[in-house]
Amino acid sequence: MGKPLSIVVAFVLALSVAACGSKAGSGDVTGGDGASSSSEPSSFPLTVEGTNGQVKIDERPVRIVSLSPTATEDLFAIGAGEQVIAVDDQSTFPPEAPTTELSGFEPNVEAIAGYEPDLVVFATEPGDLGSSLEGLGITALQLDAAPTLEVAYQQIEQLGLATQHVAEAEALVDDIRSAVHELVASADPSAGLTFYYELDDTFYSVTSKTFIGQLFVLLGLENIADAAGKGSGGYPQLSAEYIIDSDPDLIFLADTRCCDQSLQTVAKRPGWGELTAVTDGGVVPLDDDVASRWGPRVVDLLRQISEAADAVEANAA
Amino acid sequence: MSYVDRPEHRRLSPRARATTIGVVVLVAAVLVGLLVGPVRIGAANVMRWLFSFGNTPAGMSEQQALILADLRLPRVIVAGLVGASLAASGAAYQAVFRNPLADPYLLGAAAGAGLGATIAVAYGPSSALDLTVPLAAFIGALVGVGLAYGLGRSSLGGRATTSLVLAGVAVASFLTAVQTFLQQQRSETLRQVYTWILGRLGTTGWDDVRLALPSVALALATLWAVRRLLDVIEVGDVEAQSLGLNVTRLRLVVVIAASLATAAAVAVAGLIGFVGLIIPHTVRMMVGGSYRSVLPLSVLFGASFLIFVDTLARTVVAPAEIPIGVITAFIGGPFFIAVLRRNRRAA
Repeated sequence: MGKPLSIVVAFVLALSVAACGSKAGSGDVTGGDGASSSSEPSSFPLTVEGTNGQVKIDERPVRIVSLSPTATEDLFAIGAGEQVIAVDDQSTFPPEAPTTELSGFEPNVEAIAGYEPDLVVFATEPGDLGSSLEGLGITALQLDAAPTLEVAYQQIEQLGLATQHVAEAEALVDDIRSAVHELVASADPSAGLTFYYELDDTFYSVTSKTFIGQLFVLLGLENIADAAGKGSGGYPQLSAEYIIDSDPDLIFLADTRCCDQSLQTVAKRPGWGELTAVTDGGVVPLDDDVASRWGPRVVDLLRQISEAADAVEANAA
Repeated sequence: MSYVDRPEHRRLSPRARATTIGVVVLVAAVLVGLLVGPVRIGAANVMRWLFSFGNTPAGMSEQQALILADLRLPRVIVAGLVGASLAASGAAYQAVFRNPLADPYLLGAAAGAGLGATIAVAYGPSSALDLTVPLAAFIGALVGVGLAYGLGRSSLGGRATTSLVLAGVAVASFLTAVQTFLQQQRSETLRQVYTWILGRLGTTGWDDVRLALPSVALALATLWAVRRLLDVIEVGDVEAQSLGLNVTRLRLVVVIAASLATAAAVAVAGLIGFVGLIIPHTVRMMVGGSYRSVLPLSVLFGASFLIFVDTLARTVVAPAEIPIGVITAFIGGPFFIAVLRRNRRAA
C-alpha cells in the first residue's frame, strides 16, 4: 500500500534523471584563472572545475571512462577520443566510442573501477558516485546537464584542459559559437511562430528556462509550454486540450526513439488531426539523443529547428 | 430474493438518501468535469453542446466541440469507470478477505499490471499499437491475481483469507522484482514506464472507453448480483457455510470479478492508489456496513470522486497537469492513517 507513494518518488527521480537537462546548475566553470584560455599545452598537475567543484588532475589521463553521453561526444570532438577506454551504454555517438554495459543512471563503482580508469567523467550523481570513486583513488569529474549554452562551452573547455586538448576545445567552442551566431542572425523573430516541444507521448514538454528551451528563444520562436511553467521545474506536462487550443505552428517530436512518435501517430491522436502543424507540414521529428544532450551536435539541432521554422514561414507566405 | 426490509420505512431510509446524494454528486461531477478545463469554453456553450448530441451548436467553434467530444467527454467517462471499478473492487476485497485495509492492488494486480506494461514498453514491437501496453497490463494484472489465488489456496489449508493475502504480498514483491530488473535492463524506457504506471488520464480517448467498458460492466454486474452474499461471507466462513453458502466458490467469483475491474482500470489509467480504500470506508461511515448499500454506493461515489480528482489534476496548474496518482495518494495517505486510528480505537 505504500506503493503509490514509492512510485511517485521513483517517478520524480526518473524524470529528473532521464529528462534531458535538469535545473541543477552546473556550477560556475569560471575558475582556472585563464589557464583554460591558454593555448600552451597544459602542465600537470592542474585543476579543472566541475559540477562537483575543483578537481585536481595529476597527469594527462589516458584511461578515461565517460558515463555521460554528452561528455563522450565532447571528448571525441576535441580529439581526446583515443584517451577514452570505455563509455556508458547510452553513449551512442560517435560510432567509434567504446560503448560498454556501464550505466550512468545506475553506476556500479566496482565495474567502473575494473577498467582501472585515471579519470571518470559523469553527468548525473545518483548517490555518491564521485566520493566513492575518489575513495578508490580515481579522479572523478562531474559535468551535470548544462543550464545554458555558455556552461556547455565551459564544459568542453574544461575537458580540453583536463585531457591536454586545449586548442582543439577552444576551436570547437569557437565553431559552435559562430554556427549558433549565424543561425540566430538568419532567424526572423517577427514571424511570431509558436511551437510545442514534445518530450514524450504523455505531453511532457520544456519551458524556455531549460537548456533546450533557450535554443528556441534564440531563434525567436514562441513556446506554448511557457504558460505552464510555474512550479514545474521547466518540464511541465501539458493538457492535451491546451495544446489543441493553442494550435502551434510547429510541433517538435523529441520522442521519436523513446516512444515511436511520428507525424502519423500524432495525426491519429484524438483531436490532433486538424492541427495546423499536422495539416501544413509543421511536425518535425527530432533525434531524441541529439535533443537531450548539450554537446557539439547542438548546432545540428539548432539548424534543424531553424530550417523547420523557415519552411513553415515560407509555406505561410 | 426476499425484500423483508422494505415496508417499515415510510420516510427516506439512509440508503435511499445516500443513493440520492450519490446520483446527484455523480451528475454534478460529470458536469463539472465537462465544464472546467484549461481551455475556456463557457458553461452555456457546454450545455448547448450537451443537448445537441454530437452536432456543433451555433456560436461555438469546431475546435471547442472537438475538445469536448474527443477529449473531455471520454476522459470524464474513463475517470468515472476507473473510480467505480476501484471503489467497488475495494469494497468486494474487503468483504471476502474480512480485512478493512484490503484494496484492489492487494493480490498482485498492480504488480502484475506493472510488469505487463514494462514488458510491452521495453520489448514490444517498435511500431506497437496504442493498445498493446494497456492490454499487456490487463493480462499482467489477471496473471498476478491468478498466481496469488492459486498459491494462496494450495497452502495453509483452512486459513483461507490469511494465506491468500500472504500469497498476494509474496507474488506482488516477486513480480515487482522482475519488473524492476527488466526496467534496469532497458533504462532508456524507464521514464515511459513510470509515466504510464503513475496514471495517464491525460491521453485518454474513446479507445480507452472501448477497452475498459466491457470488463467493467461485466465485473460490476457480477458484484452487484452477489452483494447480499457479501454480508454473509463477511461474518465468517464457518457461519456462511452453515447457511448453505459455497464459500470457496463465492470467494473465487468475487475475486475474479474484482480483479477484472481492477485490471481494466489499471490498463486504461495506470496505478491510481487509495480510491479502493477511501471510498468504501467513507460510504460505510454514511450508511453502515451492509454490502447491499456499500457496493452500489461505492460505485457512485468512486466514479464521482475520480472525476473530481481528475478535474483537479488538469486545472490546478493549468495548462499543465498533475499526475492523478499524485493527488489520490496525497488525499489517500492521510485518510488511510485516519482509518487505521479509527479501527484501533474501535477494537
